[in-house]
Amino acid sequence: MYTQAMDTMGKDDGDKLRALRSTDEMVLQQRFDARIDAGEFIEAKDWMPEHYRKTLVRQISQHAHSEIVGMLPEGNWISRAPTLKRKAILLAKVQDEGGHGLYLYAAAETLGTSRDQMVEALHAGKAKYSSIFNYPTLTWADVGAIGWLVDGAAIMNQVPICRCSYAPYARAMIRICREESFHQRQGFESLLTMMTKGTEAQKAMVQDAVNRWWWPSVMMFGPPDDQSPNSAQSMRWGIKRVSNDELRQKFIDAAVEQAKVLGVTLPDPELKWNEQRQAHDHGPIDWAEFWRVIGGDGPCNRERLAARVEAAREGAWVREAALAHARKQRQTEQAA
Amino acid sequence: MSESNQTNEAADATEWPLWEVFVRSKAGLDHKHCGSLHATDAKMAIQMARDVYTRRQEGSSVWVVRSDQIVASDPGDNEMYFDPAEDKVYRHLTFYELPKAVDHM
Repeated sequence: MYTQAMDTMGKDDGDKLRALRSTDEMVLQQRFDARIDAGEFIEAKDWMPEHYRKTLVRQISQHAHSEIVGMLPEGNWISRAPTLKRKAILLAKVQDEGGHGLYLYAAAETLGTSRDQMVEALHAGKAKYSSIFNYPTLTWADVGAIGWLVDGAAIMNQVPICRCSYAPYARAMIRICREESFHQRQGFESLLTMMTKGTEAQKAMVQDAVNRWWWPSVMMFGPPDDQSPNSAQSMRWGIKRVSNDELRQKFIDAAVEQAKVLGVTLPDPELKWNEQRQAHDHGPIDWAEFWRVIGGDGPCNRERLAARVEAAREGAWVREAALAHARKQRQTEQAA
Repeated sequence: MSESNQTNEAADATEWPLWEVFVRSKAGLDHKHCGSLHATDAKMAIQMARDVYTRRQEGSSVWVVRSDQIVASDPGDNEMYFDPAEDKVYRHLTFYELPKAVDHM
């Protein structure tokens, strides 16, 4: 998902491997585990294992980076939206994503890493963001397809994180989910308008967008459960609530019905209802492509990162000037 | 959202300070903590709080306060601070049983 790169790292043995541990720390650890088992929330100032803290900083910052980088593919169409109404909607959506990035950076900052440090890690190529934003938005229908499929997948993943054991993250997610509810609907409605009132060429454009976004959206949930080395620990800690495959299945089952309403086909010839499982079977996922895109070699990886680095560089003087102005104002006030 | 990051900004003066945002959803209700943001001064913090936290008419008033100005109780003291109230049931109205005729009291 937005934090799928969490699954791409080698297995973390974390705290378990540390040989020396004080008795104090073991008591704290037991108390922490008991609180997690009881379904309690952990707040910023509560004691927590170092590995829990590290995992959260990594996950929440990846999530934040995804929101910010995610503004780029759609931002590409703001100046070319077909009507004023669609332009206002798209602006509102991209602005929401900027806000979501901010909520998430703030949640991660409660763990003791500053936003600037996290942004630097992104710009240095040390931090990841979701693979989905490394695909290009070639036509206007891509904006609708992102709303329907990408935001649809994101919502499915994010709703369970509203119950994450780390309270500042959970609170940010509640706010995000509330705001994001219109994102998927507007995308679907935009595609539906083209499919019901559009020309043949516009309908073909929608189908083409769906064809291109389907598999990357399915991959958003991350590698299969048996190849997701850190999932068990995240589940144990209540950071992750539902497994990759379970969420993916839920997404596919919902999308199949929505595609029928829309009048488009999904580009998977093996997609069919399995009466026994009461779920849809699907064809093999091209994991080689997933690993390639995560590894930095997708269609737009370099372009996306370069855009972020450039934006930070170009805005640096504004940030510095604002700080200098505030300092000067304070001095003037003190002198008066 | 960000109760513990006061230390970050003092160390490095190139980072914008952190502010906590409180929003009153409508007249007559309390201001409620809703999140945080970075801003160089109070004026900018108020402006950004409005842009970030009230885009859907969530508020009619906004407070901002520097995060490093907030004094908080220590979670390590929680038992000592908050548990003594647990056995004082006589502080609640349900402790007192009254005849039906006057039970609305």
